[in-house]
Amino acid sequence: MRCVICFASILPSVNWTNFLSPQKEEKVCQVCCEKLEFIDDPGCPRCGRSEGTQLCFDCERWEQSDYQSVLTKNISVCTYNDFAKELVARWKYRGDFTLIEAFTEAVQTKYKNHFNGMEADLVAIPLSKERLRERGFNQSEALITQLGASPERFLKRKGSEKQSKKGRRDRISGENPFELIGRTERPVVLVDDIYTTGMTVRHLAHLLREAGCPAVYSFTLFR
Amino acid sequence: MKLFRKPSSSFSPYFSPFSEDSPHQHLAGKLLTRSEITLKESELTQLRKNLLVQIVSSITGRQCQRCGVRQSYFLCCFPHSVCQKECCFCRNCIMMGRVTECEPLYLFSPLASFKKHASPCRWKGDLTPGQQAAADRIISSIHKREELLVWAVCGAGKTEMLFPGLTHALKQGMRICLATPRTDVVRELVPRLRSAFPDVEIEALYGDSEDKMGSAQLLLSTTHQLYRYAGAFDVMIIDEIDAFPFHNDNSLKWAAARAAKVEAAKIYLTATPRKKEKRRIKNKQLPAVFIPSRFHGHPLPVPKLKLTPTLRSQLSKASLPKSVLNSISIQQKGRRQLLLFASTISYAEKIARLLSSDYSIDSVHAEDPERADKIESFRKRELEVLVTTTILERGVTFPSVDVFVIDAGHHVFDEAALVQIAGRAGRSPEDPTGEVIFFHIGKTDAMLEAQTAIEKMNRKAKKL
Repeated sequence: MRCVICFASILPSVNWTNFLSPQKEEKVCQVCCEKLEFIDDPGCPRCGRSEGTQLCFDCERWEQSDYQSVLTKNISVCTYNDFAKELVARWKYRGDFTLIEAFTEAVQTKYKNHFNGMEADLVAIPLSKERLRERGFNQSEALITQLGASPERFLKRKGSEKQSKKGRRDRISGENPFELIGRTERPVVLVDDIYTTGMTVRHLAHLLREAGCPAVYSFTLFR
Repeated sequence: MKLFRKPSSSFSPYFSPFSEDSPHQHLAGKLLTRSEITLKESELTQLRKNLLVQIVSSITGRQCQRCGVRQSYFLCCFPHSVCQKECCFCRNCIMMGRVTECEPLYLFSPLASFKKHASPCRWKGDLTPGQQAAADRIISSIHKREELLVWAVCGAGKTEMLFPGLTHALKQGMRICLATPRTDVVRELVPRLRSAFPDVEIEALYGDSEDKMGSAQLLLSTTHQLYRYAGAFDVMIIDEIDAFPFHNDNSLKWAAARAAKVEAAKIYLTATPRKKEKRRIKNKQLPAVFIPSRFHGHPLPVPKLKLTPTLRSQLSKASLPKSVLNSISIQQKGRRQLLLFASTISYAEKIARLLSSDYSIDSVHAEDPERADKIESFRKRELEVLVTTTILERGVTFPSVDVFVIDAGHHVFDEAALVQIAGRAGRSPEDPTGEVIFFHIGKTDAMLEAQTAIEKMNRKAKKL
């Protein structure tokens, strides 16, 4: 087996407890695994930020804005550290689709722990046409596929601007770049790659809640 | 080792002659994806009509046609939204932009005219008899379009040896590529070649280089950039062929072979050939020329081995044994700067932090964003001590340094690395010696072999 991230070969370790059972296939080598920071609960009850257990400063600010409690909860799998930034650059911008396999197991476990048994629609964040042609895939749909579900598409993007090039203020003051093209009676889990300021998911949550959606959660790979 | 295999048949170039003002001039000899080409669709169609560009499939027979890998873990599939299918893509060369099965590669004809320079070389120095002999062999290899390995010790003046050969090739209007695995080596070579050949169009290509066109007659590049060329060069020179990552990456060797014309002259430079090359030389399959002495005629500094049994346990506690600290303080009382080699990035940083209160010191490693600046400030003597990982083991010249290796028994320091590291000392004629100390917790074969190899070179040089 080769590490999905660095291509180093992974030698399965055989000991007395596992020599009879079939070996589990490791996707990521020890070295790469140590560079990833998996988020242990609990953190901020709203956005999952790992410092402290109180409502974090950013979320408090959100509560005082127009977006008050549109988002029930955000769940993230890993911390967006330097290594994660490198991986996201390779995955999204270079288009190395297969990197997602490094997170399959962690994503599935995390989802099960938090949303088990919930009847919810998994909704992908839409990409503009140009961006989709450039990348060849939609990263949040890829994540939903990893969860064994099929993505619901009842959202559309109006413009084409990249969020990652903007600061917090620009993002928050910016106009809502999405529109709703369907309606839902069930709770919704928005799935995305990164939760940075929380603007994107709140834009979408706002739309969904106005259209009568009972609750909106978000689930992201990095935080 | 067959360094240069014949390129696969899909690259046999049958093209009509070019026209001078064609947009093709900048693209000659390149192999690109559509997104790397800035031409409009109409211009590209015109080039196709003139047979100046061929469309070739990007992944055929389970092989990436840009980087040559066949391993299944590099060639993966994904649901591609453009072709609406499960589409195969290459993960090996993805840092140069993604190659997917459904999008072809564009192969531009290598036919382009390059200037025939009457007397391009302005370098006024003299070659030593050893250098001259090697230079003559290089000229004849370029003339006969053959392979040649130049085996010259660290500090023999390899770059200068190339000048007569480069002059010869430029006079004939040949296109030349001087490739090397290391970015730092490219950065160091550029100013030297620009001042030696001021009227020649020279471009440097590496990951974040300023030059991006890559259409110059004389191209200095990292071996990775060769993924974007096919049948382009009349003369292919690979400096430091034994260096990481080239020496153990078949994909880079494949790309280097494909980037040169089939009948190109191929010159390899190294101070420490690997076993495979040594075997090919011995079996007379690879012509070689050997230069055992440095250009200033002084012998290579022979490394001393110092046993420091507590080294690793001290390192893990972020400190250094007393004997090492003493050696550093004695060394720093002298006039030379100190180059300290550490086995890993974290040790390099720890050592720099530990010594920062006593000396002007900094550390560099491959992913360091300020890498180039730090090397530059060490060169300007703004720093007295530079702690580095193996990235500075080769290709860089500091005029007056002593070299210490901390934990020379670590597996990153193989024989080639240790010989190269020792070769950083005593490089200038004003200060032709230097102290080289390997601190270790027990001798390894690599240390002893490095020591023997250096002593052997010095004996051979004496006999001349």
